[in-house]
Amino acid sequence: MTITVLLFAQAREHAGRARLTLELPEGSRVADAIAVLERDHPALASLRPHLALAVDQRLVRADASLAHGAELALLPPVSGG
Amino acid sequence: MAELTRDPIPIDRLVAASARPDCGAIAVFFGTTRDHHENRRVTRLSYEAYEPMALVALEGLERAVLARFDVSACRIVHRLGDVPLAEPSVAVTVSAAHRGPAFDACRWAMDELKRTVPIWKKESYAEGGEGWVEGTRLEG
Repeated sequence: MTITVLLFAQAREHAGRARLTLELPEGSRVADAIAVLERDHPALASLRPHLALAVDQRLVRADASLAHGAELALLPPVSGG
Repeated sequence: MAELTRDPIPIDRLVAASARPDCGAIAVFFGTTRDHHENRRVTRLSYEAYEPMALVALEGLERAVLARFDVSACRIVHRLGDVPLAEPSVAVTVSAAHRGPAFDACRWAMDELKRTVPIWKKESYAEGGEGWVEGTRLEG
């Protein structure tokens, strides 16, 4: 299946891009996608403990399942205002 | 209706739109960009958002204000992109029959915004370099 990954703030800078697509085996979970991202962009690993994760704009845990076409977002600690 | 904008926040229009015949108070909070942070001189601030999720979160916050406080209206506008120093980056307006709930709701909405809405602030420093402002991890 194919998913879209959106990266914001420090995550975007660590990966060097704001958006990418991943090909993953059927049945993959968010943690599997993160593992692929950290393999391709090792700088992301240092952020991992601080990230919140969203699938299709809803916050999820790393064990959440992914479906074809999902939009996974990596959200560093927020600082609006 | 919450709003994200890359243009200057229209202060006069926001305040005018908050006036209601059933309300005796309008509390308004503007967060403005500041030229220092933790003893460093800041020359530029820039905001980034996960826009559709941030908009839903801001609209949820407006509804939560109405449910939690005795107020009649709440409106939140957040600016994105580069915001020149001393300009508003965020505005919260609350209209209420009485000032107490208006002040309380305005402060609560701003505190919640800072920890629940996917928006990020980056500072550029006078001595060079830049950094993301330390924030709060979003909780589901």
